[in-house]
Amino acid sequence: MRPLPKLLTYLALCAGAAVFLLPLLWMLSTALKPAEQTTVQPPLWLPRRYYVVENDTRREVKLGGTIANASVWATPAGATAPIVLPQSDVRDGVWTTSNGRQVNVDTHAVIPASPDDPWREVADAATGRRTLVRDAAIQSRIAPRWENFGQAMRAMGDFWRYFGNTVVLCVLNVIGMVLSSSLVAYGFSRLEWRGRESLFLVLLGTMMIPFAVTMVPLYSMFRALGWIGTLRPLWVTAFFASAFNVFLLRQFFRTIPRELSEAARIDGCSEFRIFWQIILPLCRPALVVVGLFTFLGTWNDFLGPLIYLTDQRDFTLALGLKSMQQKSALTDWHYLMAASTLIILPIIALFIAAQRSFVQGIATTGGKS
Amino acid sequence: MSAGERKRLLTGLAFISPWLVGFGVFTIYPIVASLYYSFCDYDVLSRPIWVGWLNYQDMLTDDVYWKSLNNTLIFGAISLPLGLCFSLALAVLLNRPVAGRGLFRAIYYLPSLVPAVAAGAVWLWILNTRNGLLNQALLWLGVDRPPQWLDDPNWTKPGLALVAIWGCGNTVVILLAALQGVPRALLEAAIIDGASAWRRLWHVVIPAISPVIYFNFIVGVIGALQTFATVFVMFTNGGPDRSAEFYAVYLYENAFEFRQMGYACAMAWVLFLLTLGLTWLASRSTRGFVHYSGE
Repeated sequence: MRPLPKLLTYLALCAGAAVFLLPLLWMLSTALKPAEQTTVQPPLWLPRRYYVVENDTRREVKLGGTIANASVWATPAGATAPIVLPQSDVRDGVWTTSNGRQVNVDTHAVIPASPDDPWREVADAATGRRTLVRDAAIQSRIAPRWENFGQAMRAMGDFWRYFGNTVVLCVLNVIGMVLSSSLVAYGFSRLEWRGRESLFLVLLGTMMIPFAVTMVPLYSMFRALGWIGTLRPLWVTAFFASAFNVFLLRQFFRTIPRELSEAARIDGCSEFRIFWQIILPLCRPALVVVGLFTFLGTWNDFLGPLIYLTDQRDFTLALGLKSMQQKSALTDWHYLMAASTLIILPIIALFIAAQRSFVQGIATTGGKS
Repeated sequence: MSAGERKRLLTGLAFISPWLVGFGVFTIYPIVASLYYSFCDYDVLSRPIWVGWLNYQDMLTDDVYWKSLNNTLIFGAISLPLGLCFSLALAVLLNRPVAGRGLFRAIYYLPSLVPAVAAGAVWLWILNTRNGLLNQALLWLGVDRPPQWLDDPNWTKPGLALVAIWGCGNTVVILLAALQGVPRALLEAAIIDGASAWRRLWHVVIPAISPVIYFNFIVGVIGALQTFATVFVMFTNGGPDRSAEFYAVYLYENAFEFRQMGYACAMAWVLFLLTLGLTWLASRSTRGFVHYSGE
């Protein structure tokens, strides 16, 4: 490529990458901040701790508003705490409010702030006592609040229990789906029998059915079985294969030469042994793809747990996050983002570890249809 | 049927038996039952009572139903074309010989892996009117009064479309794979004929991958009609002026909050028919544009 188109391509790709990554980075950044830093304008990307050094002692403070003009620090009559008032509005211990009312104030200090030398209201991190200091006197360093993750886990409820439930469901679903879908895909690809192609079309057709259509009867069926409020409805169906995974595995099984099965048959090998000992080991990459997608689907599932789980103790992480979000206060963004990070992190780790399988899997499903 | 043929049939059926059983129990029975319930008054606790077409008639006069259908279609009409064009542009860029392709592809793909609940939480924070990252950026760019993404009925669907487009990495990877499968001979012939890069893209590459674009469009239509988790997480009670009341959300509410399971089943069947209808329409109207090459 010539240099200019190449540069433009890079610019566009980088801009795109920034747009895709920013929400996740912002989530992580928020997760590591104290509450008061989440709403700072302009946005603060790196969480910080602030200190004021006075008389050789350093104390940690939380930042309040800036003061850019000459002001007084005074307590109006009847109020309990001092506030910052424009110096021009206060004369001889009387404050003229914006609507012309006159209030006696007890002046503590006059702040010689100016746009070039701004001051700031700060609150002591330990005692909460509010004071005014020169902006220049404030020091800061980057300091992520890792403890937010612990707090978020407590705010979610029983985090480790939800985690355990989710992992159990993922393991059962992966085992069930890989076993059943590979059996079915084998029957649809490596065996010749009457009616195979028409049944396969029926299987493909089931992909068009929205979950909403079967949702209510499934619910009432599981209810009749006494399974509502247990994890069972969320994994038992995985042992009965899914059209999508059968399709994916069939594509793969078909690429293995016929001669391999023929030779084994002549040697008197049973069909199941051919499947189990010859074909499956050759198809590991495809099985990994099915396992990955099933894991992901289970980890991310929201509607299933929402419908079938009634007891907090059975919740999955996705459901735990939703119930935390419902309960959390408007200022708890840092905890909500920390909890979101905790749910996303295992997925990102899995993706980094198995990127090749992911990309191949998606490319096959989409490309050959 | 000969003995050998019969044995082969039985072996075949034995292998597909997990699916056969599952198909009967978890698909055929629920479909039939759901169709039956759609003509009943049913609350799951007591037996269904036949009411004929009543549920379907109620739908005609249910304002919230129409609103939810309307919202879902508007959302699809915004997010689907935008998402597809955006994905195609990214895939075309990624298909050029640049270093770091794998990394870019990974970055674009990553958001599509994020669980819907977490995506909903993150975007609630980003779209926050006062302190959200997006509006801070818009203010910085000089937009005086950035949209109230979560509170203004006119902006909830564009906001949700942003969330959907953020998760388009799946499509990017599929389209990229398709682009890499475009026969070199075709491109070389076009270069010899003196076609510019733009014309090669428009007249060779896009027609060559049109079946894949079409496939993604259909999958997108089906997905958009069933949008649930993100909306459910981000908005309660349908959002401001019910502007974020989506079809699948209203269906869920009817089934599990109002316990009107019969009505929910009727809604589900209309959704099913709508899906089939739109797919059929899409296949009809794109007939001239989608090129299948003989293998």
